[in-house]
Amino acid sequence: MDFISPPYLSRNASVRSVMARVLFALLPGVAVYACLIGPVILLQIAIASATALAAEAAMLKLRGKPLRPFVTDGSALVTAWLIALTFPPIAPWWLTAFGALVAIVIAKHLYGGLGQNPFNPAMVAFAACIVSFPALMSQWPSLTLETRFIDQILAVLGVSKELDALTSATPLDVLKTALRLAPGTPIAETLSDTKIHGFIGSRTWECVAAAYLLGGLWLLRCKVIRWHAPTGFLAGVVALSAVCWLFDPGRFAPPLFHVFSGGVVLGAFFIVTDPVSGCASAKGRLIFGFAAGILAYTIRVFGGYPDGVAFSVLILNLCAPLVDLMTRPPVFGMKKK
Amino acid sequence: MPSGLSRRLFRFKGGVEPDTHKAESSLTPIGKAPLPSRLILPLHQSVGACATPCVRVGETLLKGQRIGNADGWISAAVHAPTSGKVVAIEDRPSAHASGLPTLSVVIEPDGLETWVERAPLDVTARSPDEVRKALRDAGIVGLGGAVFPTHAKLTAAKSTAIDEVVINGAECEPFMSCDDLLMRERAEDVVRGASIFRDLLEPKRVLIGIEDNKPEAARAMRRAVEALGFDFEVVVVPTRYPTGAAKQLIRVLTGKEIPSTRRSPEMGVQCFNVGTAYSAWRFVALGEPLISRVVTLTGNVESAGNWETLIGTPFEEFVALGRPKPDTERFLMGGPMMGFEIPDLSAPVVKACNCVIAASSSLFPPPPPEMPCIRCGACAEACPHELLPFELYRFSRAQKFDKAVELSIDECIECGCCAYVCPSRIPLVQYFRFAKSEIDARRKEKAKADATRARIEQRKAREERLKAEKAERLAAAAVKTSGAGGGDGADAAKKALIEAAVERARLQREAHPPKNPETPASVEAAEKTPDPAVNPGDATR
Repeated sequence: MDFISPPYLSRNASVRSVMARVLFALLPGVAVYACLIGPVILLQIAIASATALAAEAAMLKLRGKPLRPFVTDGSALVTAWLIALTFPPIAPWWLTAFGALVAIVIAKHLYGGLGQNPFNPAMVAFAACIVSFPALMSQWPSLTLETRFIDQILAVLGVSKELDALTSATPLDVLKTALRLAPGTPIAETLSDTKIHGFIGSRTWECVAAAYLLGGLWLLRCKVIRWHAPTGFLAGVVALSAVCWLFDPGRFAPPLFHVFSGGVVLGAFFIVTDPVSGCASAKGRLIFGFAAGILAYTIRVFGGYPDGVAFSVLILNLCAPLVDLMTRPPVFGMKKK
Repeated sequence: MPSGLSRRLFRFKGGVEPDTHKAESSLTPIGKAPLPSRLILPLHQSVGACATPCVRVGETLLKGQRIGNADGWISAAVHAPTSGKVVAIEDRPSAHASGLPTLSVVIEPDGLETWVERAPLDVTARSPDEVRKALRDAGIVGLGGAVFPTHAKLTAAKSTAIDEVVINGAECEPFMSCDDLLMRERAEDVVRGASIFRDLLEPKRVLIGIEDNKPEAARAMRRAVEALGFDFEVVVVPTRYPTGAAKQLIRVLTGKEIPSTRRSPEMGVQCFNVGTAYSAWRFVALGEPLISRVVTLTGNVESAGNWETLIGTPFEEFVALGRPKPDTERFLMGGPMMGFEIPDLSAPVVKACNCVIAASSSLFPPPPPEMPCIRCGACAEACPHELLPFELYRFSRAQKFDKAVELSIDECIECGCCAYVCPSRIPLVQYFRFAKSEIDARRKEKAKADATRARIEQRKAREERLKAEKAERLAAAAVKTSGAGGGDGADAAKKALIEAAVERARLQREAHPPKNPETPASVEAAEKTPDPAVNPGDATR
């Protein structure tokens, strides 16, 4: 019978249940991804998860921390899944594994493990890989060519002879190329190409994004995440894309297209909502989200990378402590009237 | 008569909604706990100074006889709960989380229950100060659990009139039902007690706040207010822990937020527990000092309920009334949110004891191992004082107490909402208590050091002043004697010497102006205000 500190009651929340619900909320997105893009994503998730768990266990052992509570807390799995879902599905296995290693070993444990990482580990992995292996990180599967599952698997195993045949530019790439190379071509023409455009966003990827949105809304409903960061992020993307689009509809895609392309929805509900590396106050989260949204759009449209979510989140991770410091809510009884 | 239903209510941010578990103990009427074999009366049963014993070992006592006198204004008297003999005045285990022994009067009851002479207090014939003093000597203290001497709360601030007197019947702690039963069974006496407070504070309104999970109590109180013809408002407030904390109830009923740096009368409001009002009335109407209170006995027991219990009843005899189940591991005093484990059951029921809960690991499962904070912010959302517990935790853990003070750790009321919602199951309250006690110790140390320094500087200034005065006197005397002597060359040299001495004295005076007039004020200020420049971490490095 040990000493128990009051309160003796608890809501019985746990880190594990929080992480489990995040994973559960990712399931619709994973399912749609597997159906429409290719079941190879499941293989990628498995590779990332296995690597992440092994790295987690090894690092805990090295740091002399207890294995069981931390390996089973689910945080490594959430990182692994986000890596798998943000990397190209036909990236070679070692690239995914490398990403998971970078995330868990460098971004998480070298900074002190769970709760201590200043940067979102999955985004550190993405940034490290796209800087180190830009070509491999830009090979997205073609959505128009009928690719067989076995071809995708071969690509992941790194033995595919005709990788180029599997890939094509992503809708965002096409837009950027159009903006740069053919200033005369109205964007409407590019967008009307059904190879790129679906109903409201990027062809096929918009469905995956919708499934992420569904999971994200569920997370909101069960209060695992709060509305501030996602709303801020989406508002940032919509605001800047709307300004550009209204300024010159001939050169810029409409806001909805941007929201339902690339990693915006996944980022809004699963990445900028990371509590550890994000802001803690309500106002801080709004600012964090909004600024990340503005940056993400800027990078994806005017920058050199296919999408801007990872870099924008990392930059905002840097600013989070400052934003938190400047948005400290007033204390009970000390509000200025 | 204004209807309580129409009053506009305010919300406080945060709070939690645990299962209330009130039904277990609130179904049976208040029972009368039997006379125990021994009564142990700690002399320190209120905030402020410990009462001084005024009986001797071997002395025969009457029921209600004073055994400890209040020591100063913030203190309250202690009385014999029954007639009998003083068998010891010694240190006994206390009803405190620490269990540290405290000076107590041990009484062996004679079973006769012979009362001391009782006389009602004619409030109308006495001055307010006399009433306050009488309440102090009757040992009336806040029975919500804080045991602040009631008489000391019955003076309005000089600058502000009291707008509202709040009578606290919220009882937000789960499991607890002593206030509920008291209001249901003795509503008229509670309301009459509130009228004593009203007469002394002369507020514009008296508001009686009751959580909406106690409809019977609210009905009884409304009926009592109506029957007595008072214009008090019985206000039903939403059930939400910690609505029963004074500052939260004041916020809900009046919209006022009282920071820890101010006293509530300065903001025109004062708050009393219903049990306190009841005890005050018993004293005024019947001349009975505070010798018993209603205590809830619940949790892992065969029969939960409420007992009118003599102060001083040992816990081991009290808990037997509920027949604890065999798997009971510990007993808690207070509610499950803010209560603590009674370290020694030979300690007695005290005025602060509103509830005893038999605890088993099935009722209150031991927490799983603490995980690292993931900054999810759930604690900040739950904090009724709008603090950032996860930041306070970080600084408390790192012993950066100045940072914790900067983030208003002084405002923390230790309600436990943060720890209740924490997914990492961090015992946050424990960290904050540690930090607060360290901060408190360092503040006291600093105040002491400042006072010493001020004293030394005073002395130094005084000595220097005396020295300078002496130099001047000597110089003046030298001028006189040289004037008598004559001789031009020597005269000029002496004059120069004197001038130099005078100048030196002047400079010295300027460098150390006398500090006596300012020092007492600055010492006082140092004691009152925490100096943010103190870095308590330095002491440990």
